[in-house]
Amino acid sequence: MDIPARQNAPVSPDQAGTARSGRRTADPAFRLLVTITGVAVLVVLGAIIAVMVNGGWHAFATFGPGFLVSDAWNPVTQHFGAAAPVFGTVVSSALALLLAVPLAFGTAFWLTALAPPTVASVIGMAVQLLAAVPSIIFGMWGFFVVVPVIAHYVQPFLHHTFGHVPVLSVLVAGAPFGTGLLTAGFILAVMITPSITAVMRDVFASMPAVLRESAYGLGATRWEVMRNVVLPWSREGLVGGIVLGMGRAMGETMAVTFVIGDSNHIGWSLFAPANTIASLIALEFPESPAGSLKLASLLALGAILMAISFVTLWFSRWLLSRGENTGRRV
Amino acid sequence: MSTTSPSLMRADRSRALLVRRQVADRLATGFGWVAMAVVVWMLGSILWTLLRNGLPGLSVHLFTRSMAPPGQDGGLANAIVGDILQTGLGVLLGAPAGLLTGIFLAEYGADSKLARMVRFVSDMLLSAPSILIGLFIYMIMVAPFGHFSGFSGGVALAILAMPIVVRTTEDMLRLVPVSMREAGIALGAPKWRVILFICLRAVRGGVMTGILLAVARVAGETAPLLFTSLGNSEWSLDMSRPMASLPVAIYQYAGSAYQDWMEQAWSGALLVTVGVLVINIVVRVGTRGGRT
Repeated sequence: MDIPARQNAPVSPDQAGTARSGRRTADPAFRLLVTITGVAVLVVLGAIIAVMVNGGWHAFATFGPGFLVSDAWNPVTQHFGAAAPVFGTVVSSALALLLAVPLAFGTAFWLTALAPPTVASVIGMAVQLLAAVPSIIFGMWGFFVVVPVIAHYVQPFLHHTFGHVPVLSVLVAGAPFGTGLLTAGFILAVMITPSITAVMRDVFASMPAVLRESAYGLGATRWEVMRNVVLPWSREGLVGGIVLGMGRAMGETMAVTFVIGDSNHIGWSLFAPANTIASLIALEFPESPAGSLKLASLLALGAILMAISFVTLWFSRWLLSRGENTGRRV
Repeated sequence: MSTTSPSLMRADRSRALLVRRQVADRLATGFGWVAMAVVVWMLGSILWTLLRNGLPGLSVHLFTRSMAPPGQDGGLANAIVGDILQTGLGVLLGAPAGLLTGIFLAEYGADSKLARMVRFVSDMLLSAPSILIGLFIYMIMVAPFGHFSGFSGGVALAILAMPIVVRTTEDMLRLVPVSMREAGIALGAPKWRVILFICLRAVRGGVMTGILLAVARVAGETAPLLFTSLGNSEWSLDMSRPMASLPVAIYQYAGSAYQDWMEQAWSGALLVTVGVLVINIVVRVGTRGGRT
């Protein structure tokens, strides 16, 4: 009974006055605070880039543009180049995406369209958990579980099968160590599949149920609903998830360090030991004293890795905006 | 009688179409099942490996003793504590910054040029290689002072935690219906109150999820700590000195040739994973099973 009375109670002029003056200072202050924090984010990235470029300048100045195309990495002769680790980074990430995207899409499709809700929530949780496993665990698992399997079964089998086919034989050449580009790509795929799946699933699930139901109502199969309704609707999120996974794959350090094989050579064999930029930095940093040309080279590699991430993200944004436009036209 | 009637032809075609549609659906369904099975199998394999190798080494010593040279029956106590301290510092610095930035993007920046830049850069940081963050902090916080420290490790983790919180906060705030804001404004609340006490409160589950996911992410990070807090085999709570952390200790031990170090590496790996997974499970159960 007293609730309406309280609602109707007039606000005293005094109270109203303090509220208004508080608003006058508090609102702009809050606005300023969040804006400054936002700008601070820009400053952090700017500082990271500045530090990398500044620290790596010594290497760029010493080797010139040759730094980018040289595959040398020789601490004795003080000759360093970026080509081998860049190659390793790009190839291992590409392999990872090749394996992870279909896997993630299939899982997200299963979770949103095929599974009964109770089962889906359990399996969905399992996928989330896989995404949460720390990267060093993937490295240990890769080194102690996956590497032996690849060394004893996968590579001998592939070598036996494709060893005499002209082009493919190059891909499967090499001693069966079990480490190398394919192993790294596989571990990276396992690592990024759950995060891509999680994003895809969230995006699929966030679509208004009405759209899905109307498509089913028109007689579409589950695959057709996915292909013609869900996919076009969620293109932005999908690409976002894939880019997220790719970024993680390119910059992943610990898992790759365990299984990449640590070799600065460019080879086309999937089983050739290699290095990614991140694994090279992790492995070589302890032997790079401050001010040395080697540390400068590592920082220069860091700058290149930053640049690659930047271009990838920018490119995906561009693709996205294009996708959005065509989506609107249809 | 040489030509079939148009209606029959149409029926034939529609049947062929139906079969094709059904086959495509079956194929996609089968593919979905296989993909799901593969992903679950991978998680199972990782957990099984951890349990098989990590359980035998779990003992009280692991939690009560500091790291020791091989053969001296050491533990991981200092690494566990160091991990907690550095993760705590990282989240303490990173989460508020992320929250405020998320609020800026969702409520103030909207589609302005500055907001678009901040969003892009935050996404950059989200996918920025963690080892580069470590290298960056090494250059600005370790090299100038001449020694590694737990503080620098915490700051490196903060840079990693922040963009996760930014993303979830912005996404969550955008889900708040306009009518709710309007209700707040109609009651005379200033904008900052509407944001903090109505919008943020309405989505606190999602925002907490983001923060806890950030905790889980940075607690298991190795790469940014290699060059910042370095690792320390002695008991130390002093964050201005080199500090041990579980993942770095695991990395150090797993690469060794000593049996007991290997065993401790697996036990430590089991601990980190269980800790991180428990946080994740708590988050998902706490937010009532999430969206499904």
